[in-house]
Amino acid sequence: MGEMHAAERSRLWSPERVRGDFPALSLKINGFPLSYLDNAATTQKPKVVIERLAYFYAHENANIHRGVHRLAELATAAYEGARERVRRFVNARSVEEIVFVRGTTEAINLVAASLGTLWQRGDEVVVSAMEHHANIVPWQLLAERQGIGVRVLPMNEAGELEVEKLPELLTPRTRLVAVTHVSNVLGTMNPIAEIVRMAHAAGALVLVDGAQAVSHLAAVDVQALGADFYCFSGHKMFAPTGIGVLYGRQELLAEMPPYQGGGDMIRTVSFAGSTFADPPYRFEAGTPPIAEAVGLGCAIDYLAQWDRQAAEEYEQELLDYTIARLRAVPGVRVLGSPQRRIGVVSFTLAGVHAHDLGTVLDRYGVAIRVGHHCAMPVMDFYRVPATARVSLAMYNTFEEIDQMVMALEEARRLLG
Amino acid sequence: MEGLRELYQELILDHKRHPRNFRVIADATAAVEGHNPLCGDHLWLYVKVEGDRIADVAFQGEGCAISTASASLLTESLQGQSVAEAERLLQEVIALLTEGKGSAEALGKLGVLAGVRDFPSRVKCAMLAWRTLEAALAGKGTPSVTTE
Repeated sequence: MGEMHAAERSRLWSPERVRGDFPALSLKINGFPLSYLDNAATTQKPKVVIERLAYFYAHENANIHRGVHRLAELATAAYEGARERVRRFVNARSVEEIVFVRGTTEAINLVAASLGTLWQRGDEVVVSAMEHHANIVPWQLLAERQGIGVRVLPMNEAGELEVEKLPELLTPRTRLVAVTHVSNVLGTMNPIAEIVRMAHAAGALVLVDGAQAVSHLAAVDVQALGADFYCFSGHKMFAPTGIGVLYGRQELLAEMPPYQGGGDMIRTVSFAGSTFADPPYRFEAGTPPIAEAVGLGCAIDYLAQWDRQAAEEYEQELLDYTIARLRAVPGVRVLGSPQRRIGVVSFTLAGVHAHDLGTVLDRYGVAIRVGHHCAMPVMDFYRVPATARVSLAMYNTFEEIDQMVMALEEARRLLG
Repeated sequence: MEGLRELYQELILDHKRHPRNFRVIADATAAVEGHNPLCGDHLWLYVKVEGDRIADVAFQGEGCAISTASASLLTESLQGQSVAEAERLLQEVIALLTEGKGSAEALGKLGVLAGVRDFPSRVKCAMLAWRTLEAALAGKGTPSVTTE
């Protein structure tokens, strides 16, 4: 098969092929068909994932890694099967590199709390100017606790990181660079491989927040990216809430101390002291969200049956259309104009506060996110208190964007 | 749209477009900051009490139509009132907005705020100025309040 043009390829994807799989997408809101454009907050769930949870509880429910009875074996196999699916999904070398956590936030907190104990006062981390609070606050807490310095990699008006300034921020004391793969406010896709090259050259590790990347990109390959840590949440990629993933390079996880203490993370316990299990179990104290992990594995299987390259290209076309329609509305200001934007766009409407906009759109069945998107530094950068954010998934349609723009015009007439 | 017209009545839109008493009171007896961290609504409420009377009340800040109109209506209705009357109004507005108790008609112009009751996520927008007033009247030197 020869090289196919992107527009040609995207025609291989039709959202109608998947919409029927998502029960929530046929809801009516205020008499209108739901236009669900808040996928960066959480995606809807396909029937297979919803049914997988019910099947687990009805047929396989037991605690894992203990007990020799049949259900315990089934539950353990399902849970560890999900770990192997995640490994393949991000192309990690081994399942030992896949730690189950509650979500992206916990993954980052785990690294900050655990790896951070190995650092010295005066060591530094670099975070980017477009991070979600989840990739800022854990480092600030560490800074307060241990005297770690936090430096900021700036961004420009286009909403792109000034990566060329990274080398001057890297010092012999820089231990880690924390950066988002795709901005949850601007949709900017950051050049991770380039950032990794610079950081590694200076002896620093790189942690990537992949929360907004995994459901949009045709593939995420942690080895190709060169990331030392890669974090994401299940619920933003069609899986249940309460389950997320920390990928960490095996040799790094191996030297990191436990994050929480409890059952399942130990080798031996006595009152004289305890020894700890190897990764990933060292970092999974207590009963994990078993059914949710199994649900994540199921969501990965669900995604695997589609031509994800075609889906990514379709989403790109839909995003370009969204931005063109938004820019044509008088008074709309689209934040940033990054070269590579994935799945997300934020905007303001002159004279109309984002919250009023959100309320009006909801009346027309359109669900968007309004507010600061847990990224106050980005709001400060653009000098806006809040924005409206449209975020897409592979099941969104051009008609939903038209409905959103129609409701936007209504808001302008009513409130502008 | 029926529901939207209930929420965004002309009076609300008028106060949103032309907020009353939108200024600083340099010699205020209480200046309290109100903040809604979820949506970023943010205001400063200034109250100048002389004896048992509210000699002046004003606000500044930025927020949605509902929070701006609510603050504007608050300053308009409390101007020159006794502190006791202000406290009575405050309790009535809180009861109406948060518990649906009392009558919107009895509150006169302020009754227009009752439109938020059908929009649960917006009640805190309307409440922000009033929670800030509550702190200002309590006079405990509360530097800031949040509605969440």
